Amino acid sequence: MEATNQKTGLLKELEQRIRRAEHPRELVVDVMLALQEQYGYLSDDALEEAARLLGMSLLELEELASFYDFIYRRPVGRFVIRVCDSVVCWLEEGEKLGEHLEARLGIRMGETTPDGLFTLLPVCCIGYCDMAPAMLVNRRVYGNLNQEKIDKILEELRTGDERKGLPR
Amino acid sequence: MKDLPMVLLRNRKADRTTGLQEYRTSGGYRALELALKELSPKDLCGMVVDSGLQGRGGAGFPAGRKWMGVAEDAPHPRYLVANADEMEPGTFKDRVLIHADPHQLIEGMLLAGYAVGASKGVIFVRPAYGRMAEILEREISKAREAHLVGQHILGSEFSMELEVHRSGGRYICGEGTAQINAIMGLRPQPRETPPRTTEKGLWNMPTVLHNVETLACVPHIILNGPDWFKGLARSQTGAGTKLYCVSGKVQRPGCYELPMGTALREILEVHAGGMRPGSRFKACLPGGASTRFMSPEFLDAEMDYEALRRMGHRLGTGAIIVFDETTCLLRATVNLIRFFARESCGWCTPCREGLPFVEELLDGLEQGRGTREHVEMLRSMADALCNAFCPLAPGAAQPLESLLSCFEDEVLEHLRLGRCPYQTR
Repeated sequence: MEATNQKTGLLKELEQRIRRAEHPRELVVDVMLALQEQYGYLSDDALEEAARLLGMSLLELEELASFYDFIYRRPVGRFVIRVCDSVVCWLEEGEKLGEHLEARLGIRMGETTPDGLFTLLPVCCIGYCDMAPAMLVNRRVYGNLNQEKIDKILEELRTGDERKGLPR
Repeated sequence: MKDLPMVLLRNRKADRTTGLQEYRTSGGYRALELALKELSPKDLCGMVVDSGLQGRGGAGFPAGRKWMGVAEDAPHPRYLVANADEMEPGTFKDRVLIHADPHQLIEGMLLAGYAVGASKGVIFVRPAYGRMAEILEREISKAREAHLVGQHILGSEFSMELEVHRSGGRYICGEGTAQINAIMGLRPQPRETPPRTTEKGLWNMPTVLHNVETLACVPHIILNGPDWFKGLARSQTGAGTKLYCVSGKVQRPGCYELPMGTALREILEVHAGGMRPGSRFKACLPGGASTRFMSPEFLDAEMDYEALRRMGHRLGTGAIIVFDETTCLLRATVNLIRFFARESCGWCTPCREGLPFVEELLDGLEQGRGTREHVEMLRSMADALCNAFCPLAPGAAQPLESLLSCFEDEVLEHLRLGRCPYQTR
């Protein structure tokens, strides 16, 4: 019941924003991200909802959803860990951190843990080269990483306060 | 260091963002007041042309000339876009700038908007900079309450709205015409030019798009004059200060505001603290992934657009990535090409097909499976990449071409040994 109310609230809010916008299409990424947050990923239902709200075709939406790398057309974990693999993090042995995460979580890049908690993805330079090697967990940045630090972050994500306030 | 000008980062603090009041106390919004009371849009254009301000996003195009690209009788509404996408590897200056002093960007946008007659400004922010988007939205609404944004700014006839656009994330969105498509909710691939965006940009209306650092310079130019701005530079051909981002094998990676044209050696040795203990400078990329490797013979180069261009290099974003003698530059180039291959929008053949092919050839060479013929194929691919539709693939060709021409010995050493000569991996 609560979930239905939340969803109705979100749809109302999005409808309002779209009505007020001079060019509703400008909101397409915002709408997809908001629905993704609601559904956990941009499911077929969510995509249809977005198309209906914006008066765009499913094909137009798919063309965008498949292009942007922060929009997920398949289910992802509660925490999406994106390890930077661009040149500066590579120089700082970021590759090894990626391998460490794969070993710790028991999954490869692109996979999700069976408990649905973590998805591991590579990401290109996130603009924190002064704190390389770096990674994102959902939208939060963690820099100056090493193996111990990563273990601690994973532990906190599993159990502690880090779980709060991390929108996808 | 004596007399180093602090302009763009003068309000930078270790632990927090500068708010509206503090910005005003430091002289903020005085340029806007001056402009709206005493200067015409034409005056502003003239001042920015005279200042020699060049676009800080990488191309170095004169900002004033871009403004002049919007014809006086061009239709309305007109738009201004601040490019805070910042996805060029090694680059993080716009992140530092906005976290330090967001109102500097806001004031720069208002001034640029006044100069070109824009009624709306959009700040395009990448997903990894989620916090930045929140800061900007909060500070824009504070500026609105203070009648600095919105209708009749400071009681004048000038009105301009500002808003933040959150990207879904892809490198190509940093390219100007692709960014305009992205804002319009279209698939963000680059558009054909002409028409230039200053004629037909957002919603087919005149649109001026600038990098964040470029816009942040504008209030200072208006307040202190073009000659003052020119005089900040150390080189004859430069103007203003530059935010140099240093990363890689130096002691103090970071973002340093220095006079435009500061020598590469000074940036690295004095400001970034020199190389890490036991490591020796081998090469650097002077301005992100889309620039050529610079070898030690260029350490005394003046880091400005024109000076580097004359040496056959590009300043790009001024993001200096430093490699030491233990780094395999062939491996580094594989990494760079992989980045470009992954981020290609797929629209044109040289980029979509060419980059994965280059990656495969390079990777083979690096692992000792290459031949001389492969090296020649790579050389011709570096040329072919420049036939692409937009600057992405030509950008990728820069490190590739310089690897093959300036570090040919290292490439051939892989062939001779049949393996990578660097044992660090």
